[in-house]
Amino acid sequence: MEVKREKLRALSPLDQPRSPEELRVRQLRARDLLRGHLEGQELEKHVEESVLPTRLERVLAWGRANSVFPATFGLACCAIEMMSIVSPRYDVARFGAENMRASPRQADMLILSGRVSIKMAPVVRRIYDQMLEPKWAIAMGACSSTGGMFANYAVVQGADKFMPVDVHVPGCPPRPEALIYGFNKLQHLIQGNPDPGWRRRYNAAGTEEWAKDAAGRGVRVTPDERSAYEAARELVGDAERRPDEELHA
Amino acid sequence: MPDAPGLELIAQELTATAEGSVIDTYHHRGQACLIVNPERILDVLRWLRDTPGQEYGFLASLHGVDYLPASPRFGVIYELLCMARVERLRVRAALDDPADGALPEIPSCVEIFPTAQFQEREVYDFFGIAFRGHPDLRRILMPEDYVGWPQRRDFPIGGEPVIFTESERDVPRWFE
Repeated sequence: MEVKREKLRALSPLDQPRSPEELRVRQLRARDLLRGHLEGQELEKHVEESVLPTRLERVLAWGRANSVFPATFGLACCAIEMMSIVSPRYDVARFGAENMRASPRQADMLILSGRVSIKMAPVVRRIYDQMLEPKWAIAMGACSSTGGMFANYAVVQGADKFMPVDVHVPGCPPRPEALIYGFNKLQHLIQGNPDPGWRRRYNAAGTEEWAKDAAGRGVRVTPDERSAYEAARELVGDAERRPDEELHA
Repeated sequence: MPDAPGLELIAQELTATAEGSVIDTYHHRGQACLIVNPERILDVLRWLRDTPGQEYGFLASLHGVDYLPASPRFGVIYELLCMARVERLRVRAALDDPADGALPEIPSCVEIFPTAQFQEREVYDFFGIAFRGHPDLRRILMPEDYVGWPQRRDFPIGGEPVIFTESERDVPRWFE
């Protein structure tokens, strides 16, 4: 049997209908696709049960919270426990954070697993600054939260002295379950999508990274972003590092 | 390990070779120690390394000590090892703390034992003992802009006071 190509192509919704009858056929077919053979009350019930109205931001936050890429970054003995959360026994892949990235550019969560010495603190801070927004940090264990047992000259007494930390996980070291629980708390935080406001809190204006186009120039920013940027600049009183052309392009 | 008479023999020969280099000796729990004048430390180490019959050719460790209430306050300790006879000898240079806040000084032994280079940097880093003639004397473990000599006994221990719930009202605005 010879297949008539024209007839098959007429089924495509991208084609213009060639007659009012064909339009009507397509409308009825689309209605059946959408609701089947339900009518009236049954149709209302079906829609109520199966359709979930939401906002784009909530869908976005839901997706973000369930696909977090942690940075492969161990500081001390807590890192041993951190390594095991991706193992089959604990399996953080159940929550979508199994993909440890070796570059901060590809990661959006930093787990501070261990004590931060004062020599390591600028390095940690640079890695945090290199991560792209939105980004989160978990302070794992007593040392990175408060300094822990290392109350001495060499260790920073709590990593949140030099970078924002979203979740603190207590323990010395915390068990992997505890870290996963802390990560679940972070997921709730991400889904709530609060304004972090951390640049203001940590006096961190000037560490923003703006997207560049292929020629290396700044791309257009929204008025909101621009005003936030300038407010942050005013906060530090840093006028000479202002990249005017990029901002007002 | 030289026994106590052997240690005295070494001290006597050293005194004959380099006048005024050995201040004291002690032998404790089978360990022999020479206490020497820091200005003559290079003569002592070179004699112990090169003299036939001694040949302490390996500097196993070099470290500093702060004996704060005591005087002289600092010690730089050289743990020497004769690999042929498997004998160890400890040489301690006793250093006074200069009164004007300057760093205590001792000649560097890098030319005799090249392995001392990093260890002298470490002693400088933590105790603030300046090794005269060291090729590259700067901090090795602490950040380069660190201020202070953290292993000295009068260095504040650091950290933060812990505020427990029962003492919160004694420390106003503790949460800031």
